[in-house]
Amino acid sequence: MSVFIIRRLLQSLMVIVAMSLIVFFGVNVIGNPVDILINPEFDQEELERAIKALGLDLPLWQQYLVFVKNALQGDFGKSFVFGQSALKLIIQRVPATLELAFTALIMSIIIGIPLGLFAGLKPDSSVSKAIMGGSILGFSLPTFWVGIMMIMIFAVMLGVLPSTGRGQSLTIMGLEISFLTWDGLKHLLMPAINLALLKISLVIRLTRAGTREVVLQDYVKFARAKGLSTRRVILVHVLKNILIPVVTVIGLELGNLIAFSVVTETVFAWPGMGKLIIDSIQMLDRPIIVAYLMIIVFMFVTINLVVDILYSVLDPRVRLQDVKA
Amino acid sequence: MSVTSKIELIPELSAEVALEGETSLRRFVSDFTENKVAVGALMVFLAIVFVAVFASLISPQNPYDLAEIDILNGRLPPRSESMSGTTYWLGTDDQGRDMLSAIFYGLRTSLGVGAMSGFIALCIGTCIGLTAAYFGGRVDSLIMRLVDLQLSFPAILIALMLLAVLGKGVEKIIIALIAVQWAYYARTVRGSALVERSKDYIEAAHCLAFSNRRIVFRHLMPNVLPPLIVVGTVQVAHAILLESTLSFLGIGLPVTEPSLGLLIANGFEYMLSGKYWISFFPGVALLITVVSINLVGDQLRDVLNPRLRR
Repeated sequence: MSVFIIRRLLQSLMVIVAMSLIVFFGVNVIGNPVDILINPEFDQEELERAIKALGLDLPLWQQYLVFVKNALQGDFGKSFVFGQSALKLIIQRVPATLELAFTALIMSIIIGIPLGLFAGLKPDSSVSKAIMGGSILGFSLPTFWVGIMMIMIFAVMLGVLPSTGRGQSLTIMGLEISFLTWDGLKHLLMPAINLALLKISLVIRLTRAGTREVVLQDYVKFARAKGLSTRRVILVHVLKNILIPVVTVIGLELGNLIAFSVVTETVFAWPGMGKLIIDSIQMLDRPIIVAYLMIIVFMFVTINLVVDILYSVLDPRVRLQDVKA
Repeated sequence: MSVTSKIELIPELSAEVALEGETSLRRFVSDFTENKVAVGALMVFLAIVFVAVFASLISPQNPYDLAEIDILNGRLPPRSESMSGTTYWLGTDDQGRDMLSAIFYGLRTSLGVGAMSGFIALCIGTCIGLTAAYFGGRVDSLIMRLVDLQLSFPAILIALMLLAVLGKGVEKIIIALIAVQWAYYARTVRGSALVERSKDYIEAAHCLAFSNRRIVFRHLMPNVLPPLIVVGTVQVAHAILLESTLSFLGIGLPVTEPSLGLLIANGFEYMLSGKYWISFFPGVALLITVVSINLVGDQLRDVLNPRLRR
């Protein structure tokens, strides 16, 4: 077990080092670092001073070491636009993105499981067919276009929901949270549904497949034969057994939700880190771009590591295979 | 029996193979046409390809020729008439472009970028996957580690990273889309090539002392094509969706190459004043394209799946 964890840890470290090399050389070799790292509004004298201060007169490998050293201390330089530490700006935006991603995650479970359960219990009813058709559509619809259409219908035509922004938020334990106020909740609803749409389709399909398998099992037949109410059979005997795989898959999708929040945040002007990176790319705010890329790589490597370790705990075959290879 | 006489047998063999190829093609066509929805989807898709290829001939106007558009015709709702009397069936955008023509041209860009990146990714992924399966051992585990690693990151994130470093441009988005897709092809090809590799005909080819290259490309590759075609159709749909998403975010194609995603982004500004058509119709075109490709891909998967073969 520990051999497996150490191997995975080393692999993750290698990925982070490789990505830092790619990001660093991408920024410094493909683009001209003087254009990229120094505010273009500087005059000649300031420019030379800035080149010295940033160490751009050093050879490239030394520059990379300096970059790594600074990055390890959490210093990715200052944003051109905001004049603040790039890392700090991104960290500030993380709660908004996580709030959106988790709301979408919970929504996909709350909406997806009952619909999937219904479609699995009554596969031939026309409602089930409609649910399954809807889930196919959910896979094919472009997220950003659905977002725009939702704004059109609910904000412009019906005027029931606000179109953009995060709304009023409360600060609890140093975290800004918006789902506790009515205004915040109204702002959260549309972006969360938009982000959840794809995952709802996924949960419906998983739950339906699971249900159709489980209802044929002997223990369900036995529970029925014992004279238990239909409600109890479904809620206890069926639901409990399909929940484990569904929740596992959904947990794995969290990273995906965070990545896709880039799109939803841009459509709904949600002030999370996804919107920040898109704005920064457009304004060529390179310190933020570099910091964001490194943070997101770190985040995904961590998520993948945790998932791998959890899997190896749940399924010993995974780690045995790996040690053999 | 000498070696030469053995080799002389091969032309007959290959003629037989060709004959079987013909009948299996006929069976393939009849299997595919069994599903009426898939046939309809294929028709729709072919119509879309036709529109995209001949966009400059069938469009009511050239939306990017400044002489043909008039800003005074800007933001007209669907079915309204221009001052010179032509009807804009899908309305006009802020510059006075006919939306129908803009969508035709946009389809050309979107399909072109999707097909081009898909094709190059298919070539690269196939070569890498075949290499992994054929040589096995260290080469295989190294390549597959790389594939697994890449597939553990969401596609949109990889594209975003690349474009943040590379910048905007047609060739850059094609590079990003290739980088996102090659791993799917490599994994698919390797999976089916591993199965094929252990079959007798590959061993026979080895016994005839054919070069590695010849065995891989002439013997192994034709037999791993079916699953590759299925993955290919689905991937092209994915690539089109991803490209339009990135273009919508403003980090994909430049404004000079307006794809459907850019048209939708362009209309987004006017959404809040209720001018829905600028974003709505390009999105519908995108949706129809993606759904038709996916439906065709679904049917291809059923037809080409050996387990479902009757």
